[in-house]
Amino acid sequence: MNDNTGWWARLRRTGIFWPLVALSLVFLFNLIFSPQFFRLEIKDGHLFGSLVDVLNRGSPLMLVAIGMTAVIATAGVDLSVGAVIAISAATVTVLIGSVTGESQTPMWIAILAALGASLLAGAWNGLLVSRARIQPMVATLVLMVAGRGIAQLITNGQIITIYYEPFFFIGGGYLLGLPFPVFIVAGVFAFAWFMTRRTAIGLFIESVGTNASSSFHSGINEKNIKLVIYAFCGLCAGFAGLIISSNLKSADANNAGLQIELDGILAVVIGGTLMSGGRFSLAGSILGALLVQSVSTTIYSLGVPPEVVQVVKAVVVLTVVLLYSDVVKNGLDKLSQRQGVPS
Amino acid sequence: MKRSWSIDRKFWPLLITVSLFVLLYIYGIIQYRGFSSPQVFFNLLVDNAFLMITSIGMTFVILSGGIDLSVGAVIAFTGVLSAWLLNHFGLSPAIVIPLMLLMGVVFGATMGAIIEFFKVQPFIVTLAGMFFARGMSFVISTQAQTISDPFYRTIGLYRIHLWGKSFISANVVIVAIVLIAAIYLAHFTRFGRTVYAIGGNEQSALLMGLPVRRTKILIYTLNGFCSTLAGVVFSIYMLSGHGLYVSGLELDAIASVVIGGTQLTGGVGYVIGTVFGVLIQGLIQTIIMFQGTLSSWWTKIAVGALTLIFIGVQSIIYSSKRKRMASAQRVATATTTAPAAPATAGD
Repeated sequence: MNDNTGWWARLRRTGIFWPLVALSLVFLFNLIFSPQFFRLEIKDGHLFGSLVDVLNRGSPLMLVAIGMTAVIATAGVDLSVGAVIAISAATVTVLIGSVTGESQTPMWIAILAALGASLLAGAWNGLLVSRARIQPMVATLVLMVAGRGIAQLITNGQIITIYYEPFFFIGGGYLLGLPFPVFIVAGVFAFAWFMTRRTAIGLFIESVGTNASSSFHSGINEKNIKLVIYAFCGLCAGFAGLIISSNLKSADANNAGLQIELDGILAVVIGGTLMSGGRFSLAGSILGALLVQSVSTTIYSLGVPPEVVQVVKAVVVLTVVLLYSDVVKNGLDKLSQRQGVPS
Repeated sequence: MKRSWSIDRKFWPLLITVSLFVLLYIYGIIQYRGFSSPQVFFNLLVDNAFLMITSIGMTFVILSGGIDLSVGAVIAFTGVLSAWLLNHFGLSPAIVIPLMLLMGVVFGATMGAIIEFFKVQPFIVTLAGMFFARGMSFVISTQAQTISDPFYRTIGLYRIHLWGKSFISANVVIVAIVLIAAIYLAHFTRFGRTVYAIGGNEQSALLMGLPVRRTKILIYTLNGFCSTLAGVVFSIYMLSGHGLYVSGLELDAIASVVIGGTQLTGGVGYVIGTVFGVLIQGLIQTIIMFQGTLSSWWTKIAVGALTLIFIGVQSIIYSSKRKRMASAQRVATATTTAPAAPATAGD
């Protein structure tokens, strides 16, 4: 019994407890109402099924959530990720070109250029936040508005369709039976996890997010930390842009990554990272992104009109945020104390 | 006691906004034929009436240090819902319009109450409100609905002729009423002063005994009302409703408020500035239209750049003000502590 409460308490203390509970609830719902959700098939050596779909379709969101976690941990927010996705998608498609099945520039150059552009866009946000001292919400709002304009300029206002086969692998290819985007997410996640948990950078981020000026006085270069984090968030969005453009085989500057910033923030908040900065959980954010995606997939597979997804998301956000709020937390603590439940 | 004739620094951002508007207008007149027609100006009002109303509501929210991202979605939802009620149930506009405004009040008050009682960031709550309103409008209808109600059509197509050939629409009159009411509310009532106090420093406002909680909920209620009113005005202007309309409008509204000289951290700004913020955005759009070869997405880039410049200007003005205040404070404390020093030395 004692042991039992031990691991239970340990699990509850970790950041990923509540997101896990929420995700299990969604899976439980599926288990009861649409069991085909869990069916996995192997066709042509590739894994198929709703669960794989969630991983595949959710990969841009997971990438955005990784970047967003780092930004929110520094007590900031990045609203421009959707626009950066559009810029990245526009850059890569324009460079590959839409004329024939051939690529106009070598694909790796096109991909590097798209990632470079996204990195630059993120660094621009970082400069505004760290050097010009503009509130993150507003600084990134500017790129959110102007970024789609820039993407339009790159594509010359057209939706560019591409026919270059090898590029489709990024969004639609399979490796070891799993969709390739999953590997991109795994790579970025591993990088982010290593940098934040095996080097001091994670500690610096939490310190900057908790109190930027005291971090500065204790010798942490708070400005450069922020700059790098925003640039990293831009890069994550850039990867997401590659996947989205490869999936759609086109770049639509108006609609690529539309409203993904909201989903990204939602994923991070569900994942247990506080909007006020400080402690963060990358794994929690990934779970959050998976939750958002599985809610959408569940709703689609139930045959409910997809328009309802947004309403459901709204209710989910609100519930989660209220559960995390201090008022409810304190209330729960009081309740458990009164009943003498060891927590 | 000496009164200098120079303009108070607090008016600088407002002054910059107004002069920018005038300069842009003069540029337009010099550059393009037909720009000097008074109708160009009146069209700015006609085409941006709904943005004006919702930006005025947003001004109060931002003045209090908050943010409301749900306005665009609420406007779209109002349009869809009223079109649905009018078309499918044959309800009279005399019922539909008050119903919409009531819905805005309830919606805003709910968000305000959640923000205040659960101490959740306004950003998140209104984001959820945005999802909710957009989603609900698609639940009602995924297609654009035309409003064929005779009352809406009459009002929407009605032209108030001023002089010559120029005219304004009935919506502009609504804007004028909202503007006057908002200026009165912001600068001449206890509510308005409390809004400024909360934006300046919520903790001090609370310690001063101001009704912070009630006022904050009221601010979001007011903004909910303004956004549904803007929604009604918008559906009169468009004579149709669709869930995809005015996506991203919340950003235009925020940009208008910022360009209008209101500080995003709250506490500083004027309602009238917001009007010029909206007018400048409209003017940029008009100039790009007159120019002809530039694509409309330049509007987005220009508005983004302008917002940035204004934030920059504000931070320069206010940081220099803070420095002056800090140095004044140092002088003050130095003079008060100076006489005390010999006394302690005597002990």
